[in-house]
Amino acid sequence: MSAATVLSVARARKAFGGLIAVNDVSFDVGEGELIGLIGPNGSGKTTMLNLISGALRPTSGEIRLAGTRISGLAPEKVARIGIARTFQLVRVLPSMTAIENVTAGAVFARNRLWGAPAQDFARGLLARMGLSGRESVPVAAMTYIDQKRVELARALAADPRLLLLDEWLAGLNPSELLLGIDLIRDISREGRTIIMVEHVMDAIRTLCSRCVVMNSGTMIANGAAASVLADPDVIRAYLGDDDA
Amino acid sequence: MQIIVTGALLGGTYALIALGLTLQYGAARIMNLANGETLVAACFVAFWLFTAMGVNPLLGMVLIAPVAFALNWLIYAWLLRPLVRRAKNRGMLEVDSILATFGLLFLLQGLMLLGFGGAYFSYKFLAEPFLILGEPYGLNRVVAFVAAVIVASLLYLFLYHTRQGTAVRAVAVDPASSRLVAIDVARTAAFAFALGGALTACGGTLLSTFYTFNASMGVIFTMKALIIVIMGGVGDVRGATLAALILGVTETAVASLIDPGLTLAANYALFVLVLLFRPQGILGRASA
Amino acid sequence: MMRLRRDELMVAGGGIAAIALLSLLPLFSDGFVLSFGVNLMLYVAMCTAWTLFSGPTRLVSLASAGFFGVGTYSVALGLDFLPFPVLIAIAAFVSAALAGLVGAATLRLSGVYFVIFTLGLAELIRQVVAWSQSRFAHKMGLYVFTDFTERDLYWMLLALTTLVFGVGWLINRSRLGFALRIIGDDETVARHVGIATARAKIVLFMASGAFLGIAGAIVAPRYAYIEPQAAFNPMISFLVVIMALLGGTRRLWGPLVGVIPFTIVMEFITARFPNHSSVVIGITFLAIVYLLPDGITGRIEGLRDRIRHRAAARNGIEAPEAIEEKAA
Repeated sequence: MSAATVLSVARARKAFGGLIAVNDVSFDVGEGELIGLIGPNGSGKTTMLNLISGALRPTSGEIRLAGTRISGLAPEKVARIGIARTFQLVRVLPSMTAIENVTAGAVFARNRLWGAPAQDFARGLLARMGLSGRESVPVAAMTYIDQKRVELARALAADPRLLLLDEWLAGLNPSELLLGIDLIRDISREGRTIIMVEHVMDAIRTLCSRCVVMNSGTMIANGAAASVLADPDVIRAYLGDDDA
Repeated sequence: MQIIVTGALLGGTYALIALGLTLQYGAARIMNLANGETLVAACFVAFWLFTAMGVNPLLGMVLIAPVAFALNWLIYAWLLRPLVRRAKNRGMLEVDSILATFGLLFLLQGLMLLGFGGAYFSYKFLAEPFLILGEPYGLNRVVAFVAAVIVASLLYLFLYHTRQGTAVRAVAVDPASSRLVAIDVARTAAFAFALGGALTACGGTLLSTFYTFNASMGVIFTMKALIIVIMGGVGDVRGATLAALILGVTETAVASLIDPGLTLAANYALFVLVLLFRPQGILGRASA
Repeated sequence: MMRLRRDELMVAGGGIAAIALLSLLPLFSDGFVLSFGVNLMLYVAMCTAWTLFSGPTRLVSLASAGFFGVGTYSVALGLDFLPFPVLIAIAAFVSAALAGLVGAATLRLSGVYFVIFTLGLAELIRQVVAWSQSRFAHKMGLYVFTDFTERDLYWMLLALTTLVFGVGWLINRSRLGFALRIIGDDETVARHVGIATARAKIVLFMASGAFLGIAGAIVAPRYAYIEPQAAFNPMISFLVVIMALLGGTRRLWGPLVGVIPFTIVMEFITARFPNHSSVVIGITFLAIVYLLPDGITGRIEGLRDRIRHRAAARNGIEAPEAIEEKAA
């Protein structure tokens, strides 16, 4: 069973003057996979995500989505080709309600919905997030976890080929965390291809079939979650030499 | 060749004006659309000092600069600081400061029009020819250029070799971090704004020695200063100087070779080129 | 997008009634009142067209006189050769093209570049026009003689204003309007949901510029003699901005509220103290920036929200969410 390759990153590099944030990283993501992109703080994970979503342009290297080159394209073009994301610090549209936020994801992306179909679709997604009945609540009045849910619904509303989650589980209390993990698992089970940047190791272990580990811009491991997390290099990157 | 030298001489004075705006926008984060009015006011004061009191404009500059400093400090403290406090982010401050200084522009220009009318003024100061490489140039232009270079050099020394100057540069780069190293950002911003005003006033004084001015030309000079600041890269003193020279030469070339009525068009052409190809400026740092 | 809501229908109905009433004005008055009405209608049209762009994007355009002058000159140059409606179309087209160029150069970058560019734009066009007039036509002014009366101008301007409001209302209900609201909230998110932000802004600016050009074309017959200084008068740019800000730019009908009192005050000032107009404008501007940052309509809506919240709190229930669709 060879899954189609949804994302292929080939020697991606991003330099900010003298600082090399992403150093010749290469990996592939197959259809339906749930990949964990992990590494200590400052390892370049979010930069890598920004390269994929088009927020940053790579200094060199190539990134392709289902064969189409996306590296160097503007974020709106990348979004329309089929990538949606959440942000490390949640970015909801503060002047709008929950349903307007989610609709925003569906109107301009691949599916280009509008009017009643868009609204119904958004309503369905909000229900999935456990927010039914609260469609007309302004997001500015919602709790952090609810805002995260709205942001995730907005990303899903675009029916993306690849979903990028930037530390979506951060800042959740233990019970919220369990619910969050279940939610991501559901989304993955539907066949959605996901890359999640995370620090919560339990989540990575439970959810991800494969992990890509970065440290100081370089990829130091790429393989099955269990083996990667036991890899001495990976442990050394997180905890320092003494515990390797 | 003559064009290049004349343009460079002009560029020297432009540089001084642009440096004033650079300080105000780069360090105090105020897009001061009324900058040109400070310039015009300085022209009028220099004119009056020379024609009514017989004071040499170069000496006049020494008198005008501190007054301009004080007035601009007051403008910042009374008019602009409330906006700085009110703004939730840099974008809002920019919009508010543009609108406020826009209103100030009108107010000041209106007052000057009331006082002096719309007539053109000029005075003769060192209007003899001065030979450079065999070609004659107005001595007043040469002296203005030399004076501008001296003032700019003093500024450079101040910014790069004194504590207060380094504080100004720090605030221009990152006010939040500056606060962390015990720089009084509010005071330094006011100082930078006032200093910028003084520099523009110096430029105006020097300009008045060879340029025919009137009360409504402030906006045009604000435009030139803005274009120079953007061409040189916001906050970059050396870039602004280089850009000023380029502007001066281009303007003079267009005026001599095509038509003197198209100088603003020449300015804009440069502006558009910069915006299309290098919006961060000639020497500016590109933002990620 | 959605079916018309009841309150939208009421606003539309009210608008149509107002237009009908206003169109009757020339039948009942002549001379000064009609002339004043033309002035008023001109600035309502221009300020609304200005707010069409600068309201949602929060980008202050100081170039209104540039588009206005382009419109005036389209008529002045072509009146001997082409029928008036065609000239109006040309004015709209050229203004839109100009706006497109300005937008393409500046709207991909941070907003301050746009503002600076527009600051000198009208002056630039004036210089170019003056230069070409002296170079090719060897005279500075152009004569415009038509059969149009003040009444005709009034009705044309009323039609233009209606058109601007209509287009604004349509945009609000469309994808473009939604996109602009998103851009206003968070431009990064806008781009990541697939909105071509620069293009949206440019298209909107072109629409705004076109309407300003049409306004300039319509009132060209009023001058009889067109000179660059008058057609590209910087005062036009500033008056448009100040009246729009006074009324409030968060709503498309905000400027309407600002134009009326300001025009009245300005008539008074220019009659009594003709040389003080710049000073008055400057002070008014500063007053608006400090005291009425969201204009009169913003202040009124703020008060209304506060009263609503206070009433709800007193009743011990949660304050009703302010889910107003941003109606035209």
